[in-house]
Amino acid sequence: MNELREIAGKLLADGDVRVIIGWEHARRGARPVFITQPDEADKLIFDRRCVHNLATYLNPRRDQVSELGKIGLVIKGCDAKAVAGLLREAQMDRTDVVLIGVKCGGVLEENELPEALALTPDNVAPRCYGCDNREPTLVDFLVGESQPEPPRPIMTIDERVAALEGQPLEERWAFWTEQFSKCVRCYACRQVCPLCVCERCVVDKTQPQWIEASSHPRGNFSWNVTRAIHLAGRCVDCGECERFCPVGIPLTLVNRKLQHIVGERFGYKVSDDPESPAPIGDYRLDDQQEFIK
Amino acid sequence: MTDDTLTGGAKAAADGEFQPRITAFVCNWCTYTGADLAGTSRLHMASNVRIIRLPCTGRIDPLFVIKAFERGADGVIVSGCHPADCHYTSGNYHARRRFTVFHDFMAFLGVDPRRVTFSWVSASEGAKWREVVDEAVANVRACGPFDEYRALAPDVAGTIAGASAAAALEEVS
Repeated sequence: MNELREIAGKLLADGDVRVIIGWEHARRGARPVFITQPDEADKLIFDRRCVHNLATYLNPRRDQVSELGKIGLVIKGCDAKAVAGLLREAQMDRTDVVLIGVKCGGVLEENELPEALALTPDNVAPRCYGCDNREPTLVDFLVGESQPEPPRPIMTIDERVAALEGQPLEERWAFWTEQFSKCVRCYACRQVCPLCVCERCVVDKTQPQWIEASSHPRGNFSWNVTRAIHLAGRCVDCGECERFCPVGIPLTLVNRKLQHIVGERFGYKVSDDPESPAPIGDYRLDDQQEFIK
Repeated sequence: MTDDTLTGGAKAAADGEFQPRITAFVCNWCTYTGADLAGTSRLHMASNVRIIRLPCTGRIDPLFVIKAFERGADGVIVSGCHPADCHYTSGNYHARRRFTVFHDFMAFLGVDPRRVTFSWVSASEGAKWREVVDEAVANVRACGPFDEYRALAPDVAGTIAGASAAAALEEVS
């Protein structure tokens, strides 16, 4: 923690960055904080409650953040993948940001806790299990000590996806249409996503209107399919969409399934290497096509 | 005219069989020309397919397929130039990736994969187009009407436009 505060304070004092975006301790747990004064760097914390993907503040839709000046960003491994995604798609320059990576041993599912509880199968964020990037490489500084692997949750996301896949088509249809029917079209999933970068989202277009805007099962289905497809091969599995969803749609299952698809079909795995091309937008001459007549 | 002289959709209609509505999104350069060839060659095929011509399969967004289902299609065909034949060099390769994702993902959501047919049909393959159409129609017919999707539609009477339409209908009847 001291290392993190020292680096952040020095970056601000030297004028290398104008703002550090990290986490602080607040009454209801950890929350994001913007620090502009070197002597405020002591507010910074990193613990298992720091679930937020702060890379979303680099999203070009948030130009009110980039207007503050050069950013220093504290990132976990999953957040680093999101930064890599923005770099890969030329949404920002590597020189726009100083990245302070933290070594991560998994986070809690719930961030609004007075203290950072030890991780157990009950309280660990399921996405952390099997994480391959707990010590990010896309960083300017890497702080903290190596952490043990997070525990296995009671039911892993892969197991939940497999359980769904084991059901007949009608059951899956019934499950997903019911889940999507809950959607109130608040678009929190889109707003919080670091990789939903469109200046004008297709769902907001009215002439022609591709996706029905009111909240009913048909428009909701269309919206949720479109959101998912637009993130295929781009989603970094930070879980923020599901965490922000006010009605509890299991978006993580959707995202994980798409990761399986791009993995099995195109041999792609999302990483924090901005040089590796994203699977959609790239192609191979010998891509699988057994389903095409 | 007896039933023996009827083929494809006309025969099925005479039998009172379910007539699926199928929307085909095809590229201008290969499949549309191939379908045109099928027509000028007077090949008989099922008449359930409405074709929408687009410049390239690369222009076909998965959202088009969703929209077709919303508008009442029971099945969809997406077809374009064979790999290495794209008029724009790589449009079909990009489409192939996108539709690979879409194909697998829709199955995960519980949409019968038989409802969406993907094919490569070149400008000279009028006969193949017929095969694709007949097979797609048979597949969608086996699935039956896409009532599950229609059931997602908003309650028409509950909307203002729906209410005034219902009132207008009552006046007429």
